[in-house]
Amino acid sequence: MEILVCARRVPDTSENEIQLNSAGNDIERDELVYSINEADNYAVEEALQIVARVGGNVTVATVGGEDDEEILRREMAMGANHGVLISDDAFSGSDGKGIATILKGLVQKGQFDLILTGIQAEDGGAQVGGMLAALLDYPFASLVNSIEVVDGKKLKVSREIEGGNKEINEIDLPCVLSIQTGINEPRYVGMKGIRQVASLPIPSYGASDLGIDASAAGEAAAKVKRVDYFVPALGKGAEILHGSREENVDKVLELVTAKGGLK
Amino acid sequence: MVDIQSASQMTSWMVSGRSLFLTIHVLGVLSFAYIVAKRMVPLVRGERDFRFDQPLVRLGRVLKFWLGQWKQPRYKVAGTLHILIFAGFIVLALRAFTTLIVGVSQNFVMPGLSGRAGPVYDTVTDYAATIVFLCMMIAVIRHLVFKPARYAVPARYGKAHTADAIFLLVLIAILMVADSLFAAAKAAAQSQPGHSVETLAAFSLPWMLQRALASASLPALGRFYFGAYLGHELTFYFLLCYRPFGIQFHVETSLFNIYFAKLDREILKPVRYGVSDQQLDQVKSFGVKTFKDFTWKHMLDFYSCADCGRCSDNCPANAVGRPLSPRFITIKARDYSFQHYPVFGHASIGRGNHGTPLIGSKAGGIYSEDEIWSCTTCGACEAECPLLVEYIDKIVDLRRGKIEDVNVPQSLQKPLKALESRGNPYGKMEKKKADWANTKEFQQICPVKTVGKSNGADTLYFVDSITSYDDRMQSIGRATARILDHVGENFGILGPAERDSGHEVRRFGEETLFMALRDHNVEAIRASGVQQIVTADPHAFNALKHDYKDVPPVEHISQVILREVKAGKIKFNPIANDKENGNSVYAYHDPCYLGRHNQIYEDPRDVLDAIPGLTRVEMARSRDRSFCCGGGGLMLFYEPKEDQRMGVKRVQMAAEAGANVIVTACPFCMVNIEDAIKVAGLEGKMTAIDLAELVDQQIVRKCRDLKEGQAAEGKECVVH
Repeated sequence: MEILVCARRVPDTSENEIQLNSAGNDIERDELVYSINEADNYAVEEALQIVARVGGNVTVATVGGEDDEEILRREMAMGANHGVLISDDAFSGSDGKGIATILKGLVQKGQFDLILTGIQAEDGGAQVGGMLAALLDYPFASLVNSIEVVDGKKLKVSREIEGGNKEINEIDLPCVLSIQTGINEPRYVGMKGIRQVASLPIPSYGASDLGIDASAAGEAAAKVKRVDYFVPALGKGAEILHGSREENVDKVLELVTAKGGLK
Repeated sequence: MVDIQSASQMTSWMVSGRSLFLTIHVLGVLSFAYIVAKRMVPLVRGERDFRFDQPLVRLGRVLKFWLGQWKQPRYKVAGTLHILIFAGFIVLALRAFTTLIVGVSQNFVMPGLSGRAGPVYDTVTDYAATIVFLCMMIAVIRHLVFKPARYAVPARYGKAHTADAIFLLVLIAILMVADSLFAAAKAAAQSQPGHSVETLAAFSLPWMLQRALASASLPALGRFYFGAYLGHELTFYFLLCYRPFGIQFHVETSLFNIYFAKLDREILKPVRYGVSDQQLDQVKSFGVKTFKDFTWKHMLDFYSCADCGRCSDNCPANAVGRPLSPRFITIKARDYSFQHYPVFGHASIGRGNHGTPLIGSKAGGIYSEDEIWSCTTCGACEAECPLLVEYIDKIVDLRRGKIEDVNVPQSLQKPLKALESRGNPYGKMEKKKADWANTKEFQQICPVKTVGKSNGADTLYFVDSITSYDDRMQSIGRATARILDHVGENFGILGPAERDSGHEVRRFGEETLFMALRDHNVEAIRASGVQQIVTADPHAFNALKHDYKDVPPVEHISQVILREVKAGKIKFNPIANDKENGNSVYAYHDPCYLGRHNQIYEDPRDVLDAIPGLTRVEMARSRDRSFCCGGGGLMLFYEPKEDQRMGVKRVQMAAEAGANVIVTACPFCMVNIEDAIKVAGLEGKMTAIDLAELVDQQIVRKCRDLKEGQAAEGKECVVH
């Protein structure tokens, strides 16, 4: 099975202190460290596990610039067969639909049976997967937390329903799935692995390579624009318990039970 | 002159004794040679290991640990028994050879024993055989009746080894009896009327047997003599050829195992011996994934283990029910080796066939993942092993293999990733590395500079991640800085340029990441131009001292403190044993990487003893038998399967010793012990303090250390 995983490089929320810039329209990016969007990493792991079961190749693609190559290499160190960087000045400032349009170009250039995205980017709005499927006229399933290949033409996918129940759906290939974190346990990528793929070529495609009308993506085409960025004021949420340890334990139990946390 | 025939002259079933014994000798020696050659096969195919340097040092260690049985007395009963048996064997070795040769050449006398020395030696060996025989009986009784807990085999590791142990003990006992009977029959024959009497050592086993045989006729004695000799021969060769199949192989291998034992234990095994860091990128496979990846010496370790169980008896992971028992790391590997490199038949692992992965539940796997991640590398097992079997290098090599196979416990992935991108396991910003020292109040009391081109210093205080970023441990950093300041050290820190020392990164098998951290730090340290390094973190200390190269000399803060106490620069206020504080009793907990790995046991104790009014007790397990608090660095992120925390056991040990303050000298010990005090329900009854914090608290300060204008210059005062 030929699988394409669409991935993104995002500021790592666990290793950064996100602060607003002075203009108040974006975050301070000077000292940020980046990594692959967590859900996308799960999608790559899932693709690798499917290929390990039924054979095939995993391609990881990202839309961005030179800096974004690092996540492609990391995923290649994990085991992905190919990395593709989609980069063109005309693409900068794209909104969700713009990114989906660009990715559609890549999908149509290749022969992919299955396209995976993370459920959402940590700094995004969970738009691209669904839009990509619609633009391609492919079936789409979101919030996927398990995949079973039925006969090479169909998949059984499940998603978790609010409250913990599971729903199983059958979906025809080719299709687009957005992958929920927790679907698997992504493998560890050691530094040695990254060094070993450091010199592998990663092709870079621009608008003309993918046959994309440059005016369909980029800032000019974007219909969704960010107008503000702010940190909400801290609200009063915390309740401090002042009793003895035993009293506090009883009180916590009571509160958690009342909220449905314990049955 | 009537005498019994010598064994070689006797004829039995038409075969002359000489031919019979010559045949047994040749068959026995050939069989042994064949078996040993087969046992050498995996070693020859194993990885390289450089153990041929410094022959004199190695011989010295043979004298100490092999001939001197140095580690045996650590277990009083078993150790005494073993020393007696070992001494007996050494004494009897000559006699055994003589006896063997006599079977072929009746008048053979061992050179040097023909004159007066002969009878003396005979007397000594008579007693030696007796002592060995008695020790065997005691050992059998111990196995059957007293059953020391460390000999037990937990169900998950297979069946008990008792039967095999007793079988071997009994065989040795039989050998001793046969040997004694041989001498006794000869002596009994000679003591018949009219012969010169050969005296046997009084009350020895041969002496008793001689008395029992006193009334036997000469032909009967002849048969006894022949039978004893034949019994001795057969038992001897059976034992010789059977030992390489089990735990008694150490009789043959121990000498070599100790000669080739690692000399620089504190230095971790390189990924591959003989491959430089620069060449590492060309090494296809890191670590140990299959049996062939072990070095030949590590395989020799497997053969040499005597199954005494002392490693696991001291292993903290084993003590708290983690799925790790060092004894079975070895035993399982030996069983695997015996199975795949059999004495009879072909080895199932060849040059083309690497064999099955050692780790995992798949067919052929002998270790579980939890097993190899459970080790804190505290070194208690290695400190105990009488045969100097190595464990830490093997565990690290197994982890290196796992890391390369992209297989790491989930809880370790984030910290490892953060170490890669941010240089610390917490994922904190580099620019906040010096925040612990940069508060306004602290800068007023004790300014800490970040060394740079315009900001030189003689001494670098290497803080490391936990002391830099952990709120509680920052107090250790500040105490250390104030001590350095007090003794007038011109010191600074690297600040944002300092990355994690990588000590645990390396011990968790992520060699490439460790190298990146190390190279960054080495460059930063060298660029700073400092002359020496001080740290309060034993893990950083160990890394800087042994894992790094080309950096200035490094000291742990306890060494600096003691030196300055001796020089009179540090004086202490007495401990206040008042109503409020109660009578504090202090116990010092040896951090593994300060104590066992660097032999700094006395300096921190001497510092404590220099504080007036401080009452100090020792825990039952201290110095090189110290009990690990639970491990440092990445081990803080690992979620082991265990019945109990190591730290909880440790604070209970302190309580048993009658202490109510645990002093340690390592930030990781502090994390584990403070947590453990809460978990053990000893809050309010037990506290923990770092040596640097205690010293900082008790130090007699000049008031210029205080905020300006707070007190008159030169007046001694106390700061809390």
